[in-house]
Amino acid sequence: MTVTRTAPPSAVDTTAPAIAATGLRKSYGDKLVLDGIDLNIAEGTVFALLGPNGAGKTTTVEILSTLIDADAGDAWVAGRHLTRAADAVRSAIGVTGQFSAVDNLLTAEENLLLMADLHHLDRREGKRRARDLLRRFDLSEVAGKTAATFSGGMRRKLDLAMTLVGDPRIIFLDEPTTGLDPRSRRTMWEIIRNLVADDGVTIFLTTQYLEEADQLADRIAVLDHGRLIAEGTADELKQRIPGGHIRLRFADARDLDTAAGLFGLATRDEEALTLQIPGDSSVSTLRAVLDTLETTAVRAESLTVHTPDLDDVFLTLTGQPRPAGTAAPTEENV
Amino acid sequence: MATLSYAARDSRTMLRRNLKKALRYPSLTLTVVIMPVMMLLLFNYAFGTALGSGIGASAAGGGAYIDYLAPGIILMAATSGALTTAISVCMDKTEGIVNRFRTMPVSRASFLTGHVVGSLIQTMASIALVVAVALLVGFRPDATLVEWLAAVGLLALLTLALTWLAAGIGLVAKNPETASNIPMPLTFLPFLGSAIVPTESMPTALRWFAEYQPFTPIIDTLRGLWLGTEIGSSAVVGLAWCVGLTLVGYVWARRTFKTGAKR
Repeated sequence: MTVTRTAPPSAVDTTAPAIAATGLRKSYGDKLVLDGIDLNIAEGTVFALLGPNGAGKTTTVEILSTLIDADAGDAWVAGRHLTRAADAVRSAIGVTGQFSAVDNLLTAEENLLLMADLHHLDRREGKRRARDLLRRFDLSEVAGKTAATFSGGMRRKLDLAMTLVGDPRIIFLDEPTTGLDPRSRRTMWEIIRNLVADDGVTIFLTTQYLEEADQLADRIAVLDHGRLIAEGTADELKQRIPGGHIRLRFADARDLDTAAGLFGLATRDEEALTLQIPGDSSVSTLRAVLDTLETTAVRAESLTVHTPDLDDVFLTLTGQPRPAGTAAPTEENV
Repeated sequence: MATLSYAARDSRTMLRRNLKKALRYPSLTLTVVIMPVMMLLLFNYAFGTALGSGIGASAAGGGAYIDYLAPGIILMAATSGALTTAISVCMDKTEGIVNRFRTMPVSRASFLTGHVVGSLIQTMASIALVVAVALLVGFRPDATLVEWLAAVGLLALLTLALTWLAAGIGLVAKNPETASNIPMPLTFLPFLGSAIVPTESMPTALRWFAEYQPFTPIIDTLRGLWLGTEIGSSAVVGLAWCVGLTLVGYVWARRTFKTGAKR
């Protein structure tokens, strides 16, 4: 279903953002969870909110999906005010949370038909959409099985399929791959990419994995203790992280000296005979390093690539490592 | 107008979902019936002779002890029905499907309405079963059709009150286990009223409690309707309790749902 949007009268701003928020604040008791969040997410893009457990990711999703009210601040989703036109917002969004919201005692097909009924689709259209989604998510064979019998990956797929019954323009995915095995994670990534490519939806994604944000998102915002501490494209963020580097180890100090002269920005470790060259792990960067070594006939003993991860992001952006104990995948309710 | 018809349609969808599950997994519903039936058999056959002669035939309107016992036990089907409501609402909440509904443009009331109406149908069916068992083991009411209708109406009203309370309990309970424990005192309350023995036979403090708790006037009214014993002010007091509890339960459950069931 395509939604025709009337462009706002302003000549400068031709497309209203899918999600816009200013100064969102939320606290539970005396615990401040969100401390003034501003967002501006363009239509048809994937936005990733990256942060450790307890940073406030789920709270942000809960506010933007009309589940809870913010204490302060304003937000517009699909051009509608979040609290003044909550039902209009609800008809434009779809939410798939961290914990699958499927009815365990109903079959996959019944779960989808339930959604169709609640979206007031007529019976035939509901059936057609359910069948299409089951096929699209590779669930046709288990359509008649109750969700209770499903594996984690299948449940997550059914959950997302249920979200899509209403043909949402904006989809919130709260940690969509947390707790999934690597293969299911890849499948989920593929599904998310196709959603953007085929349906042109806007996706608001939360994750604790930099790799996931890197793989999927057009823009990434880093959330820590309820504040956005950085925002940009994956590349922009990674440039700010010195953690990504290529490490060369040499047989003796002479080779190290020669190599250090070749790579200007490198930091050297005399004792370990290593040289750290800042840069990402892309093939072109690697090739450039190898080419330089080859043309100058400097012999390196070994080469290792260090990719920046969330720990590096946090170390760099906050000046301190991630709070202990938050790295483990534990249940997050804030 | 459209909003209203959507609200009705959404509630019907939710009701259909609950009834479908109740029919597919009847074990929870069966527990509701089994508890009062066991009580009925236990008190009638094991303790019936002693209790019956103890309270005297007069309390039961001249009949056997089963006639005194049955109304209170039938009411217990309503209280144990509340248990299943609390459990199923809480299960929906912990499974996250409530939050899914809350992010959808469905009528706010429909989720709870679907549960409450579904539970009302289930519990009334359970009550009918318990009445049937009571009749089988010798319960002999002498009520007219109007009195029967009044008794069923009162039980339905009580079930509605308990179901709304239970829906609220289901929303605030942390998990289904807690949800099944919180209404537990409710299922014991009839024992501390006039269900098994007349309140006059109790020690003073307990007797004071028994006479002023909600179930006693309701049980006494049912007994009066079925067996022709003195009803007096019990009908008004019982009805007032039902209406009052329904209002409290309704407002509380709706507010809890609106402000967000905290996981």
